[in-house]
Amino acid sequence: MINTFIGNLGHFSAILAFVSALVAAYAYYQFTVVPELEKPSWRRFSRISFYVHSVASFAIAISLFEIIYNHRFEYFYAYSHSSMALPVHYMVSSFWEGQEGAFILWIVWNVILGLVLIHTNKFWEGPVMLVFALVQAFLVSMILGVVIGDLKIGSSPFILLRDAVNAPIFSINPDFVPEDGTGLNPLLQNIWMVIHPPTLFLGYASTLVPFAFLMGGLWTKRYSEWVRPALPWAQFSAMILGMGIIMGAYWAYVTLNFGGYWNWDPVENAVYVPWLILVAGIHTMITYKKSATALKTSMVLIIASFILVLYATFLVRSGVLGDSSVHSFTDLGLSGQLLIYMLFFLFVAVFLAARNWKHIPTSEKEASVYSREFWIFIGATTLALMAFQVILPTSIPVWNAIVESFGGISNMAPPADQVGFYTKFQLWFSVALALLTAVGQFFWWNKMDAKKLRETLVTPYIVSVLLSAVIIVWGKVFDLSYIILVIAATFTIVANSTILFQLLKKSTFKLTGGSLAHIGLGLILIGVMFSSGYSEVISHNLSGLTYSNSWEDELNKEHVLLWINKPTQIKEYTAIYKGRHKKVVGVPGYVSANILEPTGNVNEALALDDVVVRGRTYHQKGDLVNIVLEENDYFRIDYFKDEEYQFTLHPMSQYNENMGLISSPDSRRFINKDLYTFVSALNDFDDPEWRDDELYEVSPGETFYIADFVTTFEGGEVVNELPGVTLKEGDVAVKAHLVIQDFGVEKRLSPIFIIRDNQLGKIPAIDNELGVRVEVDNIIPESNQFSFKVNRYQKDYVVLKAIMKPQINILWAGTIIMLIGFCVAIYRRYDEFSKMRDKGLE
Amino acid sequence: MKKGHIIGLGIIAVAIVIIITSIGDASTYESFSTAKEMKMRGDDKPIHVVGELKKSVAGVVEGIEVNPDKTSFYFMMVDADGTSQRVFYNEPVPPDFARAEQVVVIGSYRTEDLFVADKILMKCPSKYQETEVSNAGI
Repeated sequence: MINTFIGNLGHFSAILAFVSALVAAYAYYQFTVVPELEKPSWRRFSRISFYVHSVASFAIAISLFEIIYNHRFEYFYAYSHSSMALPVHYMVSSFWEGQEGAFILWIVWNVILGLVLIHTNKFWEGPVMLVFALVQAFLVSMILGVVIGDLKIGSSPFILLRDAVNAPIFSINPDFVPEDGTGLNPLLQNIWMVIHPPTLFLGYASTLVPFAFLMGGLWTKRYSEWVRPALPWAQFSAMILGMGIIMGAYWAYVTLNFGGYWNWDPVENAVYVPWLILVAGIHTMITYKKSATALKTSMVLIIASFILVLYATFLVRSGVLGDSSVHSFTDLGLSGQLLIYMLFFLFVAVFLAARNWKHIPTSEKEASVYSREFWIFIGATTLALMAFQVILPTSIPVWNAIVESFGGISNMAPPADQVGFYTKFQLWFSVALALLTAVGQFFWWNKMDAKKLRETLVTPYIVSVLLSAVIIVWGKVFDLSYIILVIAATFTIVANSTILFQLLKKSTFKLTGGSLAHIGLGLILIGVMFSSGYSEVISHNLSGLTYSNSWEDELNKEHVLLWINKPTQIKEYTAIYKGRHKKVVGVPGYVSANILEPTGNVNEALALDDVVVRGRTYHQKGDLVNIVLEENDYFRIDYFKDEEYQFTLHPMSQYNENMGLISSPDSRRFINKDLYTFVSALNDFDDPEWRDDELYEVSPGETFYIADFVTTFEGGEVVNELPGVTLKEGDVAVKAHLVIQDFGVEKRLSPIFIIRDNQLGKIPAIDNELGVRVEVDNIIPESNQFSFKVNRYQKDYVVLKAIMKPQINILWAGTIIMLIGFCVAIYRRYDEFSKMRDKGLE
Repeated sequence: MKKGHIIGLGIIAVAIVIIITSIGDASTYESFSTAKEMKMRGDDKPIHVVGELKKSVAGVVEGIEVNPDKTSFYFMMVDADGTSQRVFYNEPVPPDFARAEQVVVIGSYRTEDLFVADKILMKCPSKYQETEVSNAGI
């Protein structure tokens, strides 16, 4: 039965949220401009309308989740993003898999931030919430789903399946509800994908807060006061956005087979750029608070960071990236709306800033080279140039679209070697950044002149040169640009650690945010340099196969073919592929797919043998067991070194009806490196093409060869019972016992031969792993020989890529230290703001 | 000259370098015939070609030859102008390669007859556009 109530509730809530956002915007406008006496009543009205908006926004989210949670596949959203087999935590991922759900997430975060702001501010509530309400109106319009004439506003997630697709079934039975949905993209079935999008969207949402304070400041002519309340929020936003980026990188590292954590994909660049600009903005805001310079720069950077977040959204969601990105969304017809949204705020911001530009206080005096303002300004400029270098090529598809919309032809494409292209710039910018963070911190905490600077820097300089010499020699860093990077990164770590200890000795931890974040930066640079610069593909093909055309032999084959059971050299390891495995509910580790026979029910299998892990029997032969996602295959690969067992990895592949094959890596984590492996091609033995018949006549006890397998025919045995076959009186059933050896692995195959009233029945034995099918073709009593008919297919195999990534843990450690630094800084700045507020000054 | 001006000029200089390198390093979309002309001129810069896999009349993808060690393969691709071209890719066949609706190869001609792809982007039938509803459960 189709439940239309919940969809109507959601749709109604969306309309209510849209209208109440507009009402709240108007009310907050009035609240800000009316005389003091009328303010209380306008404030009450504004707040009520924003509360109504908040309730409606939550109702949208709850309705959509209810549809997914209760498997209401009559709705297009549930049908196309979830399925019955999905556990609850992945239903959460289904919620934001679609664009509409992502917008709802964004709306909800804005509501929460808005509610926090209403209750933590006094003077700023009016202008800030006006900006919030306007942004909300734009965001809600994305999911409105209202059609006026030819104009479609927003794409509603609450449309019914029968309205979304044109399937003949609906004309026969309009109340048809599919039994199951098409499921969640398997790449998103990962715990990091449950928490990465909300984090990233909180980062997106929170860039609005400093922007709203700035707009409010420009509007109410409080050109400088906005900095204090905006600063902790800008830091919060940068921290959350940074965390979101890192989670995305980590997710890519553990689930995607791109070979790394960062790929300079347009979607990644689109969030990296606003983050850089926001970080630059935080630095100039801090200088402004200390010495009344760089106010205009801060304004430009805060506006840019907010607009760039909208630009990122536009890039990712408008379909303009087309084939230049691996994971851009298809166009939902929202690109026009997104463009209007972005241009509206760009125009308003530029207009307000331009109108007030000459009133904005500036400091006339030229900053001295020995002032901290000077160095921070250079640092912010470097960050902005880094961002510019990334956003420019990322926007090539936009450029093409613009040229084409004016009737021109532009065939520009993004750089062919993205990693090389971005690295050659970002590397040197990072070196500059590392040096600036080191020097800048000394300027920050001390009054400097030329002599003092030399005295202060000489010790950290010597220490860091010695330290980097050790790193360079021990890490075998012999590339000049990498050597410079190591020196710069070590310098910032040493210099900032010095400051950190001085601060801890002298005062409290509250002031250490900056030095911690900069230490994190230094570690990140070293970690990235080692793990990416010195990542080494170790899976070279040493099979010795050569081709007729010699040029191919000169190419590096970066993958290695592993035949089942056959030891293969991968650098210092010997790897042996041991067959496909599954995860079974309640059983630790992996269970061989050989002993699991699918029953035809979802995620259910029959155990063909006892399921034993580490000496403990979890299931008996003949039990029905539950498989964790049956489409997942785990390929067990054992690694040996000098004949000694080292470890086992299980890279995964998943067959998905909609997405095809998907491969996920498995890594061996060492303290100083990761061995990262994934399966890049595999054998498809669902429907093997058996080769021509081969006939063997052998006597019991005799040994013969099937291909290169040593095979022993142990003998025939007359059996009285056969599973699945009822034997009648007078039937003769003979089971032949064959033992096949393959690299020390013994496989027993027992084909069966049945004689019934002069009729012959043959039940073949098949081993998929070896690609062998054996049938008893005949029994020759005269010579006491069995005639076997053998068909072969190829043995099971996987093609593996293995990459060594040194020192990747330094990178992860660096990101954590940087995030802690941000948290300390947020605490300090929020503390400052709330003290001022409580004094009634803000 | 004031320090501010020097810095300003420095920023502009760096920005110009960035713009010029971005344009210089940007690849282009070509057809196989224009790509071949580039090779003839001695221009080895990797370019993008958009096209489809060659299909037989029955709609079956043809011309995929996998090397014996399965780590590289050849395939036939037809660009937007209808030119067929044999392409080599030094990677295993990407999963679901034969199902790709559109293929973008990034690379260049090695010889007159062989295009070598450094990278392949595929557009597969996306689940977002799935419009068929299975008749299960009727």
